Amino acid sequence: MTQAANAARPDERGRFGGFGGRYVPETLMSAVIELERAYTEFSRDETFRQELAHLLRTYVGRPTPLYFAESLTRRLGGARIFLKREDLAHTGAHKINNALGQGLLAKRMGKRRVIAETGAGQHGVATATVCAMLGLDCVVYMGEEDIRRQAPNVARMKLLGAEVRSVTTGSRTLKDAINEAMRDWVTNVATTYYLLGTAAGPHPYPVMVRDLQSVIGREAREQILAAEGRLPDYAVACVGGGSNAIGLFHPFYEDRSVRFIGVEAAGSGIETGKHAATLVAGRPGVLHGARSYLLQDANGQITETHSISAGLDYPGVGPEHSFYKDTGRAEYVSITDAEALEGFQSLCRAEGIIPALESSHALAYVAKLAPTLPREQIVLVNLSGRGDKDMGTVAGALGLAL
Amino acid sequence: MSRIAAAFERMRAEGRTGLVAFITVGYPDLGSTVALVEALAAGGADAIELGVPFSDPLADGATIQRAGWQALEQGVTPWACLDVARRLRERGLTIPLLLMGYYNPWLAAGLEAFARAAAEAGVDGFIAVDLPPEEADEFLAVTRPLGLDLIFLVAPTSSSERLTAVARVASGFVYCVSVAGTTGARGELPPELPAFIARVREHTSLPLAVGFGVSRPEHVAQIGQLCEAAVIGSAIIDQIDNAVPHERVAKVREYVEAVTGRRRS
Repeated sequence: MTQAANAARPDERGRFGGFGGRYVPETLMSAVIELERAYTEFSRDETFRQELAHLLRTYVGRPTPLYFAESLTRRLGGARIFLKREDLAHTGAHKINNALGQGLLAKRMGKRRVIAETGAGQHGVATATVCAMLGLDCVVYMGEEDIRRQAPNVARMKLLGAEVRSVTTGSRTLKDAINEAMRDWVTNVATTYYLLGTAAGPHPYPVMVRDLQSVIGREAREQILAAEGRLPDYAVACVGGGSNAIGLFHPFYEDRSVRFIGVEAAGSGIETGKHAATLVAGRPGVLHGARSYLLQDANGQITETHSISAGLDYPGVGPEHSFYKDTGRAEYVSITDAEALEGFQSLCRAEGIIPALESSHALAYVAKLAPTLPREQIVLVNLSGRGDKDMGTVAGALGLAL
Repeated sequence: MSRIAAAFERMRAEGRTGLVAFITVGYPDLGSTVALVEALAAGGADAIELGVPFSDPLADGATIQRAGWQALEQGVTPWACLDVARRLRERGLTIPLLLMGYYNPWLAAGLEAFARAAAEAGVDGFIAVDLPPEEADEFLAVTRPLGLDLIFLVAPTSSSERLTAVARVASGFVYCVSVAGTTGARGELPPELPAFIARVREHTSLPLAVGFGVSRPEHVAQIGQLCEAAVIGSAIIDQIDNAVPHERVAKVREYVEAVTGRRRS
């Protein structure tokens, strides 16, 4: 029922309203067109779908549970809070849903070499994992600054057989890793599959990543109906590039009673300029192949971002979120580093679950929202990843000895 | 006739291979750009690409990335690039001037306002490396009425459908990317180049210029066997880097004289 209405988006040019499209060098145009054709073909192919479904079940561990956070609900004293446990998926975050689907696609397309970018390292780990399982060569581009911040994930990728290439250009973070991956793709386009980690980039990536992550929202929708006999009042997720959020939101798109809230990183505070709140504080522009909201200066140069969470530290956002913002289908808010750390600790203490710092932004917003709502309402939160990778950062911020 | 059309007409009449020379505006500093462009012209360049620096130049190799980064560090804006064009025209430069860069800075400046200001400054066209024909309607709608050419790129990976799509909207000339890859000097031109250029020819009667990886006099001579012009960028930045500051202008001029065959090296 929800699929028909959404089938028209994006249009054949990859446009979500005025956002999306394909702003790439001509050398890559044939590659993105080839990718679109392959994706369209295989996403309708029953054998491919069954293989993906089988591996999601037996390898990733899906469906992930929907958990009623009773203790957190009691502490906050308002709406009932349900957590979609993507932290329990293999590799510890939702990123594997996308990496697995695209990895299978790469193999079907006959590409033996896979490249990826990574910020926090979660997408890099997911890609390295899938490549190990499928027997594909894997190169991951990662900013020098992020390599320093996320050493455990760098070690994981290497153990999984991936080559991690340090990116020393520009701000040395996620956006520069994407630039470098694009340069690799432009150079090795005939043999290489670019496994982009978020619902951004040129068409068909935003729609393909959304479709692969929509397993989150489809399961959650069934699970909440089974548990409560009704839909949630709110669906809340953190937004960096926006893949976990669009995966949660999209299957509820036609359920107009479900309000979507995307939570961006306010870093040190929006007013300080040191943040990564693209939809809250940015303007539309063109970066990494798509038209979408961006953090940019008056001259159209992309600005450097800041967040305690490397996974949200990105100056762009997926085009479908820009469309949701401009049409009012979703609301976008922001949470500071300090607030995210509080959200992180409160879930640890209340529920015995250590969340990723990315997901902690969504939890911190829920801590503000839930107490204002009546007890019969339901807030569904995407717990997009687990926080083991963030121990160093959190220990540093809280003054804990490791 | 536009300056670009006139330039290609002149090359044809004189029976020689044209040279389109690229330089990043503001590299090594904004004060040097006018003199360096004049050196390129004096050395025999037939047209100039003024590189507008962008924070995320994903089609560029290390050399032009670094040049752009240094220009941005000095605060070079798209509007500053127009000031350079205006000064060059005031000082009597007559060859075509093209702005080359990425779409976002021009979008942020306001396409119509920026295109109008560019035309008034004496710019003849734009090359947007991340703007394929499918996305170009908005920019074409403002550049065409002003008589500005939007130069499109084609690549060895471009299918026949794509060459048709480019030919439908292209004007001025067609920029042929010699090899799948980023900008930057390379030792040899790819052996597939003649077949690629022949394929492009089947789709357009516009002049063709070959760029990416072009740096040596013999490259330009080889390209001259195939089409109208060669584009050189990174190798010019290398010349600037390899010269002591007070000799940069002279070295750049000598280099262009060598690649255009005006000087035997």
